[in-house]
Amino acid sequence: MAEDVAVAAPAEAAPGAGGRSGAEPWIPELSRGAVLWNGLRAYGLIVAMWTRSTMAYRASFAMMAFGNFAATAFDFVAILMMFSHIESLGGFSLSEVAFLYGTAGTAFGLAELVLGSMNRLGGRVRDGTLDTLLVRPVPVLAQVAADKFALRRLGRVLQGLLVLGYGLATLDLDWTVARVLLLPTMIVSGAAIFCAVFVVGGAFQFWAQDASEVQNAFTYGGNTLLQYPPSVFGRELVRGVTFVVPLAFANWIPALYIMGREVPLGLPQEVAFLPPVVAAVCCALAGLVWRTGLRAYRSTGS
Amino acid sequence: MRAVTDSASGTDGAAGEGGTGVEDFIELDGVEKVFDVRRKVGFLRRERHQVRAVDSISFRVPRGEMVGYIGPNGAGKSTTIKMLTGILTPSAGRLRVAGVDPSRERTRLAQRIGVVFGQRTTLWWDLPLIDSYRLMHRMYRVPDARFRENLDRCVELLDLGELLDVPVRQLSLGQRMRGDIAAALLHDPEVLYLDEPTIGLDVISKAKVRGFLRDLNAERGTTVLLTTHDLTDIEQLCRRVMVIDHGRLLYDGALTGLHEVGESERTLVVDLEREVPPIELPGTRARTVRTQGPRQWLAFPATESAAPLVARIAAEYPLVDLSVREPDIEAVIAKMYADRSAV
Amino acid sequence: MGRLYAVVAAGGFRRYATYRVATVAGVFTNCVFGFIVAYAYTALWDARPRLGGYDLPQAVTYVWLGQALLAACATMGGGFEDELIERIRTGDIAVDLYRPADLQLWWLAGDLGRAAFQLLGRGIVPMAVGAFAFDLALPGDALTWLAFLCAVLLGLVVSFALRFLIALSAFWLLDGAGMAQMGMLAAMFFSGMLLPLNVFPGALGELARALPWSALLQVPADIFLGRRTGWDLVGAFGFQAAWALALLMAGRALQSVATRRVVVQGG
Repeated sequence: MAEDVAVAAPAEAAPGAGGRSGAEPWIPELSRGAVLWNGLRAYGLIVAMWTRSTMAYRASFAMMAFGNFAATAFDFVAILMMFSHIESLGGFSLSEVAFLYGTAGTAFGLAELVLGSMNRLGGRVRDGTLDTLLVRPVPVLAQVAADKFALRRLGRVLQGLLVLGYGLATLDLDWTVARVLLLPTMIVSGAAIFCAVFVVGGAFQFWAQDASEVQNAFTYGGNTLLQYPPSVFGRELVRGVTFVVPLAFANWIPALYIMGREVPLGLPQEVAFLPPVVAAVCCALAGLVWRTGLRAYRSTGS
Repeated sequence: MRAVTDSASGTDGAAGEGGTGVEDFIELDGVEKVFDVRRKVGFLRRERHQVRAVDSISFRVPRGEMVGYIGPNGAGKSTTIKMLTGILTPSAGRLRVAGVDPSRERTRLAQRIGVVFGQRTTLWWDLPLIDSYRLMHRMYRVPDARFRENLDRCVELLDLGELLDVPVRQLSLGQRMRGDIAAALLHDPEVLYLDEPTIGLDVISKAKVRGFLRDLNAERGTTVLLTTHDLTDIEQLCRRVMVIDHGRLLYDGALTGLHEVGESERTLVVDLEREVPPIELPGTRARTVRTQGPRQWLAFPATESAAPLVARIAAEYPLVDLSVREPDIEAVIAKMYADRSAV
Repeated sequence: MGRLYAVVAAGGFRRYATYRVATVAGVFTNCVFGFIVAYAYTALWDARPRLGGYDLPQAVTYVWLGQALLAACATMGGGFEDELIERIRTGDIAVDLYRPADLQLWWLAGDLGRAAFQLLGRGIVPMAVGAFAFDLALPGDALTWLAFLCAVLLGLVVSFALRFLIALSAFWLLDGAGMAQMGMLAAMFFSGMLLPLNVFPGALGELARALPWSALLQVPADIFLGRRTGWDLVGAFGFQAAWALALLMAGRALQSVATRRVVVQGG
């Protein structure tokens, strides 16, 4: 046995210092802090590949993108039809509802574009293909998130922006510097909050592989919820989406402030500027949940 | 058969023994993996019990070796591979690959290892083969020249030229497997793990894959660990073989030694001048297992020499011709399993 | 022959019954959406009582009926169509065509089996949750319940026939997924899932109520809410049955064209 090894051992395998004898010179060293960058880079690579491949069938892409646009447009058409019968819903005018709809839809659309594939995780756990992602030198989250990246989801973002544009054009708002700055901030923060929900929903599937639908309740359900004014809903529900799953910070709270209305639940006006903080906390928590889920998977293997 | 299970019981001490540790690329000391399994009993009640998928396994693989890892379904082969690649965290024991703990340094180690899962592809299902390779190129940060060189080599040796533009889902099993092996090697891994690389392949694909692995090991010195059902893989590729069952290592050593450990039997095929009653050789451990006209089959322990038996038969019976048949490994292993489960 | 399709239907039922966690997850999502939309409708009917002829409890009942029937009608997908499209795309369909069973009836049986499970598994709990949390207008007499179930059954057949047509388009179009998505869109909007069709304004409302998708939710819901009785009830059944028949026939015609195509191409 021993002499076989001596024969088979390659010349380049002369043991060097430490454990990395014979390592290829081009292997990049990654510091812990570079993990995030590494993940984003991998995400970008996979996304670019999927985009290139979907663009090979332009007609099909156009049809799907239009479908996405139309699906969400029908949603708003339903709201328009409601307003054909009424002047205000829960004390809010069509323009105000359009503003809520547009901000929620845009933020959610961005999150869906970036992380809309998270609901496929459970299937990957079930059929074992998650393992193939675990043996690559990039974070699993980046790979799962970018899997089957669908640029057609831009349709929803576009629709959200159009409705938002309509809302802004028909509302007579008292613009201050703070309000102007808050508008893009709340959309980005809202997208980040929805991203956190997508990640938590994805991580949940480490434990319950068939439960991807639960995620829909919080993501698509959350989006639908935020399209209507908070005054429509029961106080307990509003409380729940403020303090438990803080979706209210994705648009209700900052949007009501921008429209010069009272922030719900009698909270002080200043909370309207909290979305970036809430988003950061949500993302950090989502990261923790994801790590816990991945660790659970790696100890149980199923 | 007892040789290995004994050494496996020493969990820690073995690592530092002598100067051998330096060259050992893969080291396992008393590695265990225990799964909690919940089984339904009745309508809502569930019973929890533990399954020891890998039970205190220890072995060393030096750099550049090609090792076969065999055992029946559910023996713990895949679980071992998953621990070696860092996918699964061991429940107990010490595990090192290239000096690092795979479960802690999984992403970093991924750069240095190649994995092929026979049952599932690491390629992107809906995309042409070449797209997967291009992505691997960037993902593993392989220098362009190196990537081209490795890709050209794989394309040539694994005959992938016409498949590069075909979406992976349209490839046959054999084509896909070759594509997967290439994908696992584009970043010059130091070790290649193959989980059932020839499962479901036709004869030609099998031969191609085996030839490629042999060259890879000989020319590049890549360490190879392969699990398989197909003993021909092992016979053609590996000098060393490990046998696992019920999570325990039953055998670790040269392929040739497996016969002795398995306490298997060789067969003496005797052609006589005419039909006679079954041959009896009192005082030896040979016994007649079959007769057919003038031909008789005698089984005797593989560890004993055939010469004294042949001499006695020649003296006592009208011998025309005879041959000795070696036991095949499949039978040996089957016997090992049978013996073990009988205990 | 009937036995065969019964077995296929039972298979469809069992196949979906094995996904327990998915069923629970789906019920949860149905309930969340039920709450959200029910609150929104409450605000709407507060502002315009008797909108579309419904009072508030009827409007809220309509919401929960929609959630209860969503999975069974496969309004948002999840039925057999993805599988059929995939079989057409890969060419496996050729095997199905040589089976001694009728392609359309085969898939219809399987889909009805699935729908039966989802009616029970995904329908009952959301309805119960809705009844617990809101004041619903539930029918008092058994005959209304029976009529409702008949209407649901007819609606399921219409839903199947529509999706069968869409799936068969994969014989001619490269990308069946795009068509399936369009089909889902139409189903969501014109079934009355987003808003009851009797709230749709003017001509759009009349058109929507005449299209086959109204057989999926609007017609069964109106029967459930006691708005279609006597001869009107017969008319409702006639409307559903006529669409079911017409669409099944269209599917059959399309199927025979497609079959010839497969045979000519040699599979």
